[in-house]
Amino acid sequence: MAVCVSVIAKQNYPLYIKTVPMEKQLKFHYTVHTSLDVVEEKISAVGKALVDQRELYLGLLYPTEDYKVYGYVTNTKVKFIIVVDSSNIALRDNEIRSMFRKLHNSYTDIMCNPFYTPGEPIQSTVFDNLVSGMMVQVC
Amino acid sequence: MSSTQWDFPLELCCRPMAFVALTGLDVIYNAVHRAIWDAFCANRRADRVPISFKVLPGDHEYPKCRQKRMSYEWYIPKGILKTGWMNKHLNLVPALVVVFYELDWDEPQWKEKQSECATRVEIVRQSLQGRNAKVAVVLIQKKTPLPPGEDLIASERAAALCNACDLSGKSLFVLPHTDHLVGYIIRLENAFYEHTQTYYYTEIRRVKSHKEFLNKTTHQLLFVRHQFKTAFFSELKQDTQNALKNYRTAYNLVHELRAHETNMLEIKTMAGFINYKICRLCFQHNAPLDAIAQFRKHVDLCKKKIGSAELAFEHAAWMSKQFQAFGDLFDEAIKLGLTAIQTQNPGFYYQQAAYYAQERKQLANHLCNHDTSTTYPSPDLLETPAGVLDFFGQRPWRQSHQSIEPPDPEKEKVGILALQLKEREVDHSELIITLLSNAVAQFKRYKCPRMKSHLMVQMGEEYYNAKDYSKALKLLDYVMFDYRSERWWKLLTSILNTALKCAYLMAQVKDYITYSLELLGRSSTQKEEQKSRIEKNLLKVLMNESPDPEPECDSKAVKTAQKLWADRVSLAGSNVFTIEMQDYVPFVECKARFLAPSFHVDVPVQLHVYLKADCPHPFRFSKLCVSFNNQEYNQYCVVEETYQSSDILEASAQGTMCLVPGKTRKYVFKFVARTEDVGKKVEITSVDLVLGSDTGRCVVLNWRGGGGDAASCQEALQATRSFRRRPKLPDNEVDWESVTIQASTMVISRVPKISVRLRHEPPALTNEMYCLVVNVQSQEPTTAKDVKLTAGLKPGQDANLTQTTHVTLNGTEMCDDSHPALLPDIPIGDLQPGEKVEKPLFVRCGQVGTRIFLVHVSYVITTVVEGKEIVCKCHKDETITIETVVPFDVAAKFVSAKFEHMDRVFADIPFLLMVDILSASPWGLTIVTSKMQLAPSMASVDQTESQLDQVILQTGESASECFCLQCPPAPNGQSGVASGHYIISWKRSSAVQSVPVVSTVVTLPHVIVDSIPLYVHADLPSFGRVRESLPVKYCLQNRTKLVQDVEIFVEPNESFMFSGLKQIRLRILPDTEQDLLYNFYPLMAGYQQLPGLNISLPRFPEVTNQLLRRFLPTHIFVKPQGRQADEVIVVAA
Repeated sequence: MAVCVSVIAKQNYPLYIKTVPMEKQLKFHYTVHTSLDVVEEKISAVGKALVDQRELYLGLLYPTEDYKVYGYVTNTKVKFIIVVDSSNIALRDNEIRSMFRKLHNSYTDIMCNPFYTPGEPIQSTVFDNLVSGMMVQVC
Repeated sequence: MSSTQWDFPLELCCRPMAFVALTGLDVIYNAVHRAIWDAFCANRRADRVPISFKVLPGDHEYPKCRQKRMSYEWYIPKGILKTGWMNKHLNLVPALVVVFYELDWDEPQWKEKQSECATRVEIVRQSLQGRNAKVAVVLIQKKTPLPPGEDLIASERAAALCNACDLSGKSLFVLPHTDHLVGYIIRLENAFYEHTQTYYYTEIRRVKSHKEFLNKTTHQLLFVRHQFKTAFFSELKQDTQNALKNYRTAYNLVHELRAHETNMLEIKTMAGFINYKICRLCFQHNAPLDAIAQFRKHVDLCKKKIGSAELAFEHAAWMSKQFQAFGDLFDEAIKLGLTAIQTQNPGFYYQQAAYYAQERKQLANHLCNHDTSTTYPSPDLLETPAGVLDFFGQRPWRQSHQSIEPPDPEKEKVGILALQLKEREVDHSELIITLLSNAVAQFKRYKCPRMKSHLMVQMGEEYYNAKDYSKALKLLDYVMFDYRSERWWKLLTSILNTALKCAYLMAQVKDYITYSLELLGRSSTQKEEQKSRIEKNLLKVLMNESPDPEPECDSKAVKTAQKLWADRVSLAGSNVFTIEMQDYVPFVECKARFLAPSFHVDVPVQLHVYLKADCPHPFRFSKLCVSFNNQEYNQYCVVEETYQSSDILEASAQGTMCLVPGKTRKYVFKFVARTEDVGKKVEITSVDLVLGSDTGRCVVLNWRGGGGDAASCQEALQATRSFRRRPKLPDNEVDWESVTIQASTMVISRVPKISVRLRHEPPALTNEMYCLVVNVQSQEPTTAKDVKLTAGLKPGQDANLTQTTHVTLNGTEMCDDSHPALLPDIPIGDLQPGEKVEKPLFVRCGQVGTRIFLVHVSYVITTVVEGKEIVCKCHKDETITIETVVPFDVAAKFVSAKFEHMDRVFADIPFLLMVDILSASPWGLTIVTSKMQLAPSMASVDQTESQLDQVILQTGESASECFCLQCPPAPNGQSGVASGHYIISWKRSSAVQSVPVVSTVVTLPHVIVDSIPLYVHADLPSFGRVRESLPVKYCLQNRTKLVQDVEIFVEPNESFMFSGLKQIRLRILPDTEQDLLYNFYPLMAGYQQLPGLNISLPRFPEVTNQLLRRFLPTHIFVKPQGRQADEVIVVAA
C-alpha cells in the first residue's frame, strides 16, 4: 500500500528510507525531504499550543498529483513519513494511523536495543520486515 | 504554431466590461471634445462603472449581423465557439452608441441643427443594421442649463429633437461644458451603464430563446456555445453570480459531448476556457476553496483525455498550461488580499505545470525524433487562409469537420508530422525553467526551504539539459550546502554528479576537483567502480592531464570540453587551488591534537596530526603543514617529500607520503614554546595538505582549526553516544573515532620549586599591627635570581576593605592611611639552592571582617629544554584568610555615690562613672594605661589617674575602674551633656617590645543633668556601737534663690533611740545651709535601718521625700558592745 516509508532523525537527516519500486528511489528521497517543510511548520505551530497534549499523527502533509504524503512525529521529534499512491483511494485515515503506530512501536523496540546507537541509520531486519509488509500488502 | 499556442486568448483573461462607442467627438482638433474624452478615460478607478469606451467615427461600420436563423432543423454546427466571438462583443459590437452633438437650446438656427443631428443618428442606426445596440444623443452645450421645468424652450425643443431622431426621452442627454465636467461625465456614465445593462439583458434573452429549437442529438455543440455566450453576456452585464452559474452549466455540457480523437483538442480547449472562467470568478467571489475544488475536478476529468497518441505532447502542454493559469489566478488573488498557506499556495500549481512541461519535453523527444532528412511538409497544412482558425481548438487542415473519422487519412498524417516538427523547435527547457522559477518564488514566500531547494535542483538539471552549464552549476552549488548540512547524502551525491558533469564540460578545474573530492568522500553514496573512475580522473587532473569524459554526456559537448581541457593543460600558471575543507565532506579526513590542554614552558609542546583516506585507491601527497596563530612555530610542523622519520606508524612500501584507504596515519610534531608565550594560547589556525606538485597542478586542502569537515562534527557526537567496543588494533594503529581534535593548548609557566610558608597568630585585632611572617625557601637546583615578594590584601575584594587595610614592613611605627593595602615587588635578591629567607610584614586592619591576603613570590631561573637554554619566570602564590575581631568591649555607666544605678545626674552633686573592659581577644591583652578625657561640662571630684595600668586580661576576663565626677548645672533647655572620652592604650601580651601600643578611644555616653531645689546630706560615722552615742549631722542646702520653708519630721524606729528635734519647721535662706544635729543611740547590733528623716517642701511639691531620701543613708552597721580594744578605736575615730 505504501510506496515509500521513511524515518527521519530529529536533526532532519534520514535514518531509514525504503521505496518501491527502486527506480524511483531518488524521487521519493526528494518527496520525503520536501515534506519536512510541512512537518517543521506543523511542529512549530503545535509547540505554541499545548505541548503535552500533542497529537503525534500529523495527517496528510500535502497532496501531489500522484502521491499522498503522511507524517507522524514522536515526542523526541523523530519523524515518520509515509508516501502513498494517490490512486489508492481505498486507504483510510485509520489505516494510515495504524501503520504509523506499528512503525512507532517497532522504532521503540530498536531504541531499546542496547547495541543500537541513537542517531545511526536503522539496520534492524525486524523493522525492515515490518516496513516491507506495509509496502507489499496491496501492491 | 507559435509556442504561445497554448496560451489563453487575451479576451478570455480580461475582465469583460460593457462596450460603449462614442461618436461625433473630434478628439484631435477640438479641445472641448478632447477634454470630454479625457474625462471619460482618465482615472478609471474601481468606483466608476465598468465600461470600456471607444471613440469611433459616426459612420463606423460595425460587424454585420448575420441573418437570424428561424429554424435549426437542418443546421449542423461546425464547432463550439468561434475564435472571434469574444473579441467581437468586447471590442467591436457596442452595447450603446452615443452621438455627441454641439447644440444649445437657444441655437438661432435650430431647425437646421436639429435635422443635422437627426441625420447623424440615422447614419449610426444604419451602420448598426439589425444589432440591438441602443443609441443615445448627448448635446454639448456652452451654457449651464436651468433647473428642469423652468426653461420652457428647452423642454419644448428637447421633445422636438427626440421626435426627430426617433429617440426616447431617456436617451437624450445634455452635457454643459462648464467647470464641473467630471461630475457631469460621471452622471452620464451611470446613465450609459443602465442602457448597456438593458442591452445585455436582451442579448441574454435572445440567446436563450434559441434553446427551444435545439435537439440533443445534432446540436450538442450549440448547447455549450449558447451556455457560454449567456455566461459571457452576464459577465458583460457585471452579473457575476449568474455568469458563474452559466459557466458551470457550460462546463458540465462540454464533458457531455461525444469525445473522440478528432475533436478531443477542441473539447479540452473549451473545457480549459470555461474552467478558467469559473476559477477566476470563484476567486473574485472570494471563494478560493470552490476554485480549487473546480480545478481539481477539471484536472481529474481531463487528465486521461490524451487524444491522439502521436500528439501526446500536446496533452502535456495543455495540462501544463492549465496548472500555470491556475497558479497565475491564485497568485493574482493573493495580491488582492487572499491569504495562502504553506500547503496550499500557487507554488504547487507552478510546480505541477513544470512537471507537465517536463513530460511534454520527454514525449516530444520520444515522438518527434524524426530523421534530420524529414522535411517540413509543403504546402504547410498548419497555415489557414485567414491566418487564424474559425473555431477554438480545431485542426487547421480539417476545420469545421465534426465526424468521428478524419476526412482524409493522408492529410491527417501530414498534419501530425507538421505538428511534431513544429514541436521540435520549441525551447522546452526555457518553459520548464520559467515555471520552476515561478514555483521557487512562491515556495520561498510560504516557508518551504526544502521544496525550494528541490526545485532549484530541477532548475539546475534543466539548465544542464539546456547546455547552460554555468547557470546549472551556480544553482546546484547554491543548494548543495543545504543538502550537506541536513545530511541527505543520497540527494547530495546525485547533485554532485550533475555538478561534476557541468564542471567537466566547462573544464572548470577547481570545481572539478572539489566535486571529485566530495564524491570520493565517505558521505558519497557513489558506487565503488564510479569512485575508482573519479579518483583516476582526479589523479590525471593533478598531473596536469585531461580527465576522461563523464558518462552520459552529450557527445558534442564532450568534444568542446576536451578542447577546453587541452587548452587548460597547455596554459601555465594559476595551477594552485586552495579548497576549504570545512565546507565539504572530502575523501581525506584530518584531526590534529595537542597531547595536552596545556604545556609547561620547560617541556616541548607535542602535536599529532592524524590523516585518513576514504577513496578506493591509495594516493600520495606532497606536503603536510600546520599553521599556528604564532607563525614562528609553523616551521617545526611540516612534512615534505624529504621527510624521514621513525615516528610514522607502519612504514609501508609507498612511504610516508602515501595514504592507504581506511588506515589512519599519525604524524608527530614537537617544538619548544617561546618564553614570551607563557600565559598565551597556541592555536592551530589551519592544517594544509598539498596534493600534486608545483610542476603539475597543486591542490591545497585546507582544514581550518584542528581539522574536521562538514560532517565530522555530527560523527564525533555519534561516536560519543555509541557504546560499541573499539575494535582491537595492533599497538601501532589508531582507532580513528577515538581521536578527538584538540586545536589549542596553553603555554604555562614552569612549576616553581620553592616553598612559601606563613606564620602568624590569627585572628587579627582591630587597629593592631598584626605580624605576618613570610618564610621563603628555595628548592631549585640552581640559583633563583631576582626573587621578589608581593604581599598584601588580595586585589578584587570589597573597596571598603582596601581602605581599611594597610601593610608595611616597618613594625615599629603605627601605620596610617598613607600605607597601601598591597606591597608590590619587595626585592629579596637571589636565593641559592636551599637558602631560606624570612620576612615579617605588618598589617593593620581598621575594621572587623574577613580579608584574603595574597603572598606572591616570583623569580627567574635558567633551564635547558631539548638542548636549548631558556630563561623561565616562575612564581608561587599563597593566599590566607585572616579574620579581624575587636579586642575588647567597653561599657560605661553612671551610678550614684551609693552605687545605685542612675538614669540622670543632679547638678553639682557628685556621682560615679563606672567603666568595664571585657576582653574578647583569644590572646592575652596588656592594658598599658587608660585615661579619662573629660568634656568641659564635667569636672573630676578627685584624682583621675588610671587604676588599670599594666593589667593583663585573658579571654573573657574583664577590668573595671570608676571615676567620681561632678557636673555643673546644665544650661537651660539642654538636658543631655557630653561626658568625654575614655582612652585605652593596649597591646598584645605576646607582641615584641618594639611593636607600638594601640590607643583605642571610646566615646562615653551622654548624661541627663537635672537641678534640685534642696540638697540634703548626712554626716555620720561609718559604723555605730550598741548603747553608745552616735552623732549625726543632717545638712540641708538651699540651692534656689528663694527662701525655703522646710518641714522635717523624724520617724522613730525600734533600733534606735535618739535625741534632737523630732519635728521642726524652719526656713532656709537662699544659697545657705542649715545643719540639724542628732544623737542616735543604737539599741541593736547588725545592719540596722536608721530613723527616717522626712522632709517636705511646701513650695516644691514635686520634690518628694522619696527623692531627697536617696541622698541619705538608710542603714548603718551597728557593732555589738565589744572589748576594750574596740573602745580605743572609737575614741580614735
